[in-house]
Amino acid sequence: MTPLVRIEDLRVRFRTAERTVHAVNGVDLSLMPGEVVGLLGESGSGKSVTLKALLRLLPEARTTMSGRMAVAGQDVMALGGSALRAYRGSVVSMIFQEPMLAFDPVFTIGEQIAEAVRRHENADRTAARARALEMLDRVRIPSAKRRLDAYPHEMSGGMRQRAMIALALACRPKLLLADEPTTALDATVQIQILLLLRELQKEFGMGVIFVTHDIGVAVEVSDRLAVMYAGRIVERGSARDLIRAAAHPYPRGLLASTVHGAMRGRRLDAIPGAPPDLAKVPDGCAFAPRCRFADAECVSRRPDIVRIDAGHEAECRRLDAVAASAEG
Amino acid sequence: MTEIPGTIAGATIEGPAGPARGYWSNVLRRLRRDRVAVVCIVILALILLAAIFAPLVAPGDPFRTSMLRRLRPIGTPGFPLGTDELGRDMLTRLVFGGRLSLFTGIVPVINAFVIGTFLGVFAGFSGGRTNMAIMRTIDVFYAFPSVLLAIAISGALGAGIFNSIVSLTIVFVPPIARVAESVTTQVRNLDFVDAARASGAGAFTIIRVHILGNVLGPVFVYATGLVSVSMILASGLSFLGLGTKPPEAEWGLMLNTLRTAIYAQPVVAALPGAMIFTVSICFNLFSDGLRSAMDVKL
Repeated sequence: MTPLVRIEDLRVRFRTAERTVHAVNGVDLSLMPGEVVGLLGESGSGKSVTLKALLRLLPEARTTMSGRMAVAGQDVMALGGSALRAYRGSVVSMIFQEPMLAFDPVFTIGEQIAEAVRRHENADRTAARARALEMLDRVRIPSAKRRLDAYPHEMSGGMRQRAMIALALACRPKLLLADEPTTALDATVQIQILLLLRELQKEFGMGVIFVTHDIGVAVEVSDRLAVMYAGRIVERGSARDLIRAAAHPYPRGLLASTVHGAMRGRRLDAIPGAPPDLAKVPDGCAFAPRCRFADAECVSRRPDIVRIDAGHEAECRRLDAVAASAEG
Repeated sequence: MTEIPGTIAGATIEGPAGPARGYWSNVLRRLRRDRVAVVCIVILALILLAAIFAPLVAPGDPFRTSMLRRLRPIGTPGFPLGTDELGRDMLTRLVFGGRLSLFTGIVPVINAFVIGTFLGVFAGFSGGRTNMAIMRTIDVFYAFPSVLLAIAISGALGAGIFNSIVSLTIVFVPPIARVAESVTTQVRNLDFVDAARASGAGAFTIIRVHILGNVLGPVFVYATGLVSVSMILASGLSFLGLGTKPPEAEWGLMLNTLRTAIYAQPVVAALPGAMIFTVSICFNLFSDGLRSAMDVKL
């Protein structure tokens, strides 16, 4: 089977008058049709930028992109004009973090979904509206017929995110990009949305790239996980590999700093230090300054990718020392 | 935030979804509850209708002069609002004067609304150097006080209704373009524009649907407020002899010609001013009401 998405050595830089930010520094990622990959990382690790790069949504005047990206056989870097517009929405679509902001406040939900349908399919007004209604039903919005004429501000956060999913899936994309779709929702609604996404993903057979900073959420929805740090993927593997046997010190630190399983009354083990300034790419491992296993070579030379298991890889020179410390 | 006060009475019981009504019917409903706005609309409608149907409404001929009955006071039989310095019926002239005054008040604002919105949206959406070029040029016009600018342009073009409309249009383009530009700049960076692009919308669709959809409301409200300014400026131009020419009836011009009578018949002399005041304040209050009625986002 050919992969649905193949990203090779993606690099993204943002230029401003004062400085250049190296947001993504060589990301390789591939995704099979019908597979869900969770991109995990803290703010500024480049995960959202990677998603936007896949849709070519980054402001062109200020962005430099290099590398190769192919989705469903199309070279994303080479797309332009009407080919790009056709690609967006019908091949790849996106769910945004804040559903309140992702809908235009002056149009009804139904109008916005129907508009997207009419853009890609030669549907008339009635057919597009019927599709919008069908999609609202699909995402389990109660009394969908009435919500069709509701404005975004008339709906609750969870409803809006459901409607956002309906909008994103209205043209049956092959790949869905989800940019922290549950971050702005409260915990009970989060689970419902995640279950819904997972269900629709199976039903439609889409590939999904799911960006989040919440490990719990990532594990819930993903087949495979990739952990990003400073614009690179530092470890990847199945959800199980990463939770049970994270090899790289950064994901290990992330896991240690979650509340799950921590002893009451004990301080959480936070990772010391702060993420690096992306104004310049470090020569060595970007995590080295915060890593207690790091030595001089970690700082000066970029570590190679080490294969741990089938499909489980980490970018670290000191995996033995890390593993040893866990046993001792 | 989601529940507008007006919806409680009309809300259906089924579910918390809120009534699924159109945007404009919601605006209308909220506007109806605003008593000040309703009164203003009624007054404006009456004045507008009277001006449109002036020949039917007005009791006399606006141009018929009489040296014998000059400057009669209010309440003179046959002349309910008195007569002016040439013995013409004030009521008739006020009704006819409304035609030109409203025309010169509204038309420049409509022109400026179209031109200013276009310029502002174009500048705001293009960003960068195009924005700089357009907006800085507009700032040059904006730097002049509006009255001075109107007088200067009218003076250069020469007197006449057409020229005063042109000059007033030029005066109102900059402020409208600025409002349109600032809203456009705000809107184009919002997530829903990215979301529209992510679902395949081109630049034209984004401008037509999402930018204009959000820009037209605030600009329209702002423009409504400008109608009163436009009327006052137009009256001012006529007063200075740069707008309408005598013997045409126009409120600003009437104010000018009657100023010699300010000691003899102060109340009659003030009537055109009272009309200008009433109409402009009504437009302002209506624009305020419209602003709050149209604000879905609150």
